[in-house]
Amino acid sequence: MAETVALTSIKKEKKKEKTFIVITKRLLKNKLAVAGLIIIALQIAMAIFAPFITFHDPVKQNLNLSELPMFSENHWLGTDNYGRDVWSRIVYGARISLIVGIVAVTLGLIGGVILGMLGGYYKKLDGLIMRIVDLLFSFPGILLAMLIIAILGTSLINVAIAISIWSIPTCARIVRGSVLSIKEKEYIMAMKSLGASDLRIMFKHILPNAFAPIIVFATMRMATAILSTASLSYLGLGAQPPTPEWGAMISQGQAFMWTSPHLTIIPGIAIMLTVFAFNVVGDGLRDAIDPNMDIQ
Amino acid sequence: MIAMIVRRFFQLIFLLFGITFLVFSSMYLAPGDPASMIGGPTATESDLEAIRDDLGLNDPFLTQYGRYIANLAQGDLGFSYQTRQPVAEAIAIRFPNTLKLAVASMIIAIIIGIFAGLISALKHNSWLDVTSTTFALGGISIPNFWLGSILILIFSVNLQWLPVAGLSDPWWTAEGIKQLILPAITLGTGSAAMIARMVRSSMLEVVRADYVRTARAKGVKERSVIWIHTLKNAMIPVITVIGLNFGALLGGTIITEKVFAINGVGRLMIDAIAARDFPMVQGSVLLIATLFVLVNLIVDIVYTYIDPRIKYQ
Repeated sequence: MAETVALTSIKKEKKKEKTFIVITKRLLKNKLAVAGLIIIALQIAMAIFAPFITFHDPVKQNLNLSELPMFSENHWLGTDNYGRDVWSRIVYGARISLIVGIVAVTLGLIGGVILGMLGGYYKKLDGLIMRIVDLLFSFPGILLAMLIIAILGTSLINVAIAISIWSIPTCARIVRGSVLSIKEKEYIMAMKSLGASDLRIMFKHILPNAFAPIIVFATMRMATAILSTASLSYLGLGAQPPTPEWGAMISQGQAFMWTSPHLTIIPGIAIMLTVFAFNVVGDGLRDAIDPNMDIQ
Repeated sequence: MIAMIVRRFFQLIFLLFGITFLVFSSMYLAPGDPASMIGGPTATESDLEAIRDDLGLNDPFLTQYGRYIANLAQGDLGFSYQTRQPVAEAIAIRFPNTLKLAVASMIIAIIIGIFAGLISALKHNSWLDVTSTTFALGGISIPNFWLGSILILIFSVNLQWLPVAGLSDPWWTAEGIKQLILPAITLGTGSAAMIARMVRSSMLEVVRADYVRTARAKGVKERSVIWIHTLKNAMIPVITVIGLNFGALLGGTIITEKVFAINGVGRLMIDAIAARDFPMVQGSVLLIATLFVLVNLIVDIVYTYIDPRIKYQ
């Protein structure tokens, strides 16, 4: 009996490994997704090694060096109106964007997975949870985020919380849909008849099988989170000066667009590349995970 | 069909109650004392207490909510803490600008989106397809406040073709149209990209359908195959995307209004959030959320009408 169980678990592991390899192969065949992965990897590297690849403090002002153009000596991306090095601010901005994005998406996933699981698994709770989800869906995302910020106040942490709450309804619907189909499968019935607890069934047997759409959602949501963080900071509701956040940098740079357009252009390109990267990787993952696709 | 509309209408009423409840309770829970905002720094404790009594802020939550709903039913959204102006009046002055911007953006998004999506699908795997797909991916990745700034830099500052800001002239005048072009492109680009993606995938799916093959086998002209047999059916999911995007555009106006200094509801809301002017925030959020829900309802009804395969149980 013990041998059979051990063999089954080895087979399961091998199957999981094979699925992972197949998905990775499919993903790597998608040129855009590969480009996206490279951009994300570079950004992560920038965020981690920020102190080693910058030579100036991103918030330190030097009014003698204000508004230096690009390719200036010691400041290859120039400086802003306070003489702060733009390259340093961009690099540290990558760190902020990634951290806020990760926090927002993680919190959103936790909330969404819990609500989606409960709604999909317990019929009695489903009606109530779905009505809450419908209610949250009745606000355009950015509006919901602004409403939350209006209550909590303006800060980057509150932006992350606002974006996470905005992510909950979509995630809950995705998870609920998966749970509804998975919970009818025979192996779940078998687990129930063996007396497994609901919690064990939900988190050990249903959740791992609902991972694929959750991962795609999380990747795409990173793009939305980074874009929204920048938008809210641009509006003055997120990062506050002198924090080197990309959206806030555009907002500050706008006043000098006539004399120093690079202060607006460079952070915008940074946001666009990052959002683009997460979008194409999300697209690629969705295509790679789709079982209807042929493996060439 | 009628039963579905009636049912959805009742659901809408409950949803609207939910929205008012959520918005009201959010503002109720928000830190800060409205009385001190109205009274200002010189107000004494007895002044503040009088203001609280006057506004009914000492009443229990449900009493306050009930009064809010009763006032709302009469079109009274309260008054601004900052300017003492009635909220409904402040919104009514600015709403035409927001609507004008949202509609113009939607028109641009539909034209560009359908055109780009069609070219992409009809010239599948060609350089046109690659260009169009890249545009679509770029369009959903580009921050619209940044795009707005760049457009201002090119078309207003360097070329001096279009005005930098404002939306004060009537839209049917030449100046009014000029003022609308840049904000509408800024706001519409993201939606255009989403529509293009949807048109492309939907067309590619329909083009492979049996009935399209049959039409071609019968000798129907290629133009008819595309415009009558393919496009008509491919447009069904596109309409949903267009409807949902219109709702999103209403939300997006908030940012675009700030970029182009447009005196709309979005800008009013941002200023109100910064000043913690809760009745103004409440009113603006309520308006945009209600419009969003109404648009979604209309999309659902149109969707059922044009695709009779959908049955609402």
